[in-house]
Amino acid sequence: MKLPRWFHLFGSPPFVYRLAGALSPWLGGAACSLLIVGAYWGLILTPPDAVQGNAYRILYIHPQTAYISMMAYVVMAVTAGIGYIWRIKLAHAVSVSAAPIGASFTFAALVSGSLWGRPTWGTYWEWGDPRIMFETLLLFLFLSYLALRAAFEDRDKADRVSAILAVVGVVNVPIIHYSVLWWNTLHQGPTISKIDSPSMATEFLIPFLIMVAGFTFCFYWLLLNRLRAEIVERERDTRWLQEALQGGRS
Amino acid sequence: MSEILHMGGHGAYVWPAYGITLVVIVINVWAARRKLANALAEARRSPVTERPRSQPKVRQLQ
Repeated sequence: MKLPRWFHLFGSPPFVYRLAGALSPWLGGAACSLLIVGAYWGLILTPPDAVQGNAYRILYIHPQTAYISMMAYVVMAVTAGIGYIWRIKLAHAVSVSAAPIGASFTFAALVSGSLWGRPTWGTYWEWGDPRIMFETLLLFLFLSYLALRAAFEDRDKADRVSAILAVVGVVNVPIIHYSVLWWNTLHQGPTISKIDSPSMATEFLIPFLIMVAGFTFCFYWLLLNRLRAEIVERERDTRWLQEALQGGRS
Repeated sequence: MSEILHMGGHGAYVWPAYGITLVVIVINVWAARRKLANALAEARRSPVTERPRSQPKVRQLQ
């Protein structure tokens, strides 16, 4: 199979470094404006829910942060796998960049879920709930990936060993997604992914989707900026980077 | 205003959830920017080497 030439550009650090730099302000601007509009809409403009009162307003951050946590893991695992199989260093750089973002959003999802559980389920934490447990496992997968990397002095070795952990751990993501269907749990079932009959009124759905878009842009914005830093660290003594730095200074 | 903050008793859960999420985002942005600034500063300090790009390592067969 012959890949087109432009495809190979995405394996080139100088090209990706410049592309990420060019996209970053747009992603950042989109993320900030969508998150501000969505949060204002969800917190102030929408009416309270008929059943949950105002506690439901966590709906505009909890599913979104949980979805980002899972997407971050999939990005981390897929790029780790690509880096491992085809020995593409840039893919490993993406993988490393996704891990701390994913870990922090997993934490946000767990905390916001816990704060939602108290007024609606009567408890902050339920050890028996599969979705809570597997999301917690996701946090530990991110943390062990980072800890494993930190144990190696040699970056190439860290890339290869941690890639295996990332790829193996990806089985957890579909388990989190289907946990509410496979087990009878406290956690409610899917709301939006039932495309044929979304169980949310339009006035809640619009700010919900704005926040989904805002968090998605935010994730990729953060990812690209971490990736740029990672590229600079890895390409420190290459000619293109030194030339780019000198060009930027004058 | 106080009604918005109080949220019928649920403000104590909703506002901290939003607050922690905001803190997570802000720390992420700050950390990413600092990492990039540090990497650039470190790269500027390192001397310009004419070293050729490192070759891929080949595993030796016994």
